Amino acid sequence: MLIRIFPWTLLLVLALFPLVAPLFDFTYYVGFVRHLLIVMIAATSLNFILGYGGMAALGHAGFIGVGAYTVVALVDAGFTSAWGAWATALIVSAAFAAAIGAVSLRTQGVYFLMLTLAFSQMLYYLAVSLRTYGGDDGYGLHTPLTLGLGLGDAQGRILYWLVLAIAALLFAFLNRVAVSRFGYALRGVRENETRMAALGYPVYWIKFTAFTVAGAVAGLAGALLACHNRFVSPSLMHWTESATLLVIVVIGGLGRRWGAPLGAAVWLTLAEVLKLYTDYWRWPLGLLLILIVFFAPKGMAALLDNRGKSP
Amino acid sequence: MDAIFLIEQLLNGLGYGLMLFLLAAGLTLVFGIMDTMNLAHGSLYMVGAYIAAQVHERSGSFVGAVFMAMAATVVIAFVLEMLVVRRIYSRGHLAQVIATFGIILIADDLVKAIWGPAPMLASTPAALAGPVQLLAELPYPAYRLAMLAVGLLVALGLYLLVNHTRIGMLVRAGASNRAMAECMGVRVDGVFSFIFALGAALAALAGAMMGPISAVQIGMGEAILIPALVVIVIGGIGSIRGAFVAALLVGLVDTAGRAFLPPALRAVLPPALAADLGPALAGIAMYVLMAAVLILKPAGLFPARA
Repeated sequence: MLIRIFPWTLLLVLALFPLVAPLFDFTYYVGFVRHLLIVMIAATSLNFILGYGGMAALGHAGFIGVGAYTVVALVDAGFTSAWGAWATALIVSAAFAAAIGAVSLRTQGVYFLMLTLAFSQMLYYLAVSLRTYGGDDGYGLHTPLTLGLGLGDAQGRILYWLVLAIAALLFAFLNRVAVSRFGYALRGVRENETRMAALGYPVYWIKFTAFTVAGAVAGLAGALLACHNRFVSPSLMHWTESATLLVIVVIGGLGRRWGAPLGAAVWLTLAEVLKLYTDYWRWPLGLLLILIVFFAPKGMAALLDNRGKSP
Repeated sequence: MDAIFLIEQLLNGLGYGLMLFLLAAGLTLVFGIMDTMNLAHGSLYMVGAYIAAQVHERSGSFVGAVFMAMAATVVIAFVLEMLVVRRIYSRGHLAQVIATFGIILIADDLVKAIWGPAPMLASTPAALAGPVQLLAELPYPAYRLAMLAVGLLVALGLYLLVNHTRIGMLVRAGASNRAMAECMGVRVDGVFSFIFALGAALAALAGAMMGPISAVQIGMGEAILIPALVVIVIGGIGSIRGAFVAALLVGLVDTAGRAFLPPALRAVLPPALAADLGPALAGIAMYVLMAAVLILKPAGLFPARA
């Protein structure tokens, strides 16, 4: 019972948060939660290929950057519709993910990790060199994108609710796919590729499809991030950002439904709280990582989930 | 672009490549023998650079500073191996990436607490501050020549150690097939501890040598870690020979990309486009090299495992 109503309760609480926040002087945290939700989208997409598909990609931030720079390119060309920009970002990053996946998925393990890293580094240097979009200094989106439909601009609380809706829908969608025929085939590929190939499954295409979908979702997260920050710079794609996403997914719990949201919530909240108190906010997080690897190898979601098995 | 400039850039590329080799040698052996991905190797490099810069400033002796940095870093690596790395050997690569990423975060904050957030100035040793006249029209900084000499000496030493000593034989056996080596009575754990300490010493040496020609700052370890990983993947994980060839390749490609690509592009493209594309292509060159090698030879140039 508790398990069944929990997601809806959480959604309700998150939806009411911007209305309640001003009463407690928490307005700043509306922006924080909005950022958190965007990171959750990206982390959930990485959990989809890493947790269910066993593909350890160290270049996921590259797709976030592709989505963000798609928005920048459209705004620079005078385009102002948020829906159009987000849809374009989804399609463009899907195309990038398909191209990168087509090459990288021919390798495995560490070599796959290094190839995805290499491609995201290429995207990083490409962004640094795009002087029309600010190069190293980044690009400020001074006017917010417009939503139409009487919703006004993509900013403030409206953007918060939209991000929440998109995050909830994508979360439900990816978790639905994870328990579909395709999802089980993907898990089969994670466990034993040779056996799945012998059973007649198109192993390469299964991985390729999952990788492309994950890249597209990460790109959408990037587009939302561009609207959230109103600023885009190559540092979005730095390899430590990809590593942070990997960290979030692993400490949350690989291949677990609530792993990525839990990991993102714990990681970002801890960082935010520690930054309040000290300049030295990295080392406690580092210590946390080591302790989780030692004592909770299956991630935090596994600690909470007393059934002990992934769905 | 004349011959003098070409030779100068070649030497720079070789110097950078040799320093990458010092880092990659330890990384590739740790990876090859214990299947352990150690992202914290870059942190050892950073610590080495900081200690060397500090000791050099205090004592005035550069050679002493380098040896102090190596010794201190070996002690740190020993503690690190005892406390963390030894417990994650048998875990998957992901767990190793996460734990060693944790070490990076801790190391960065520790260095910040000890030496402050500002970059540290590492001075070139006075005896090597001037240029050396290599050819009539080619003055070359003496310090960079010393770097080349140190790099080559260490490479030669490693070659002799790995190929012509008993411990080297055990190292090669562990890298090519650990389970079989253990069955034959090799104490691979002990060999590994030795390799980890050796790798730390070489990383500290690279950090101490690179200090005066680059910035000694927080994050320098993360910045050089990626090229070092590229080197060991191109060379074939676990292979010292592969790491050597790949390090020189990456050093040359990277330096050549930065030195020759922008002027070459300016000759064929409109200036604005060339100014945009030049640095991007130079940054990308190393990754294109890796992607090309992996597509043609999925296990690197010199696979260590049969």
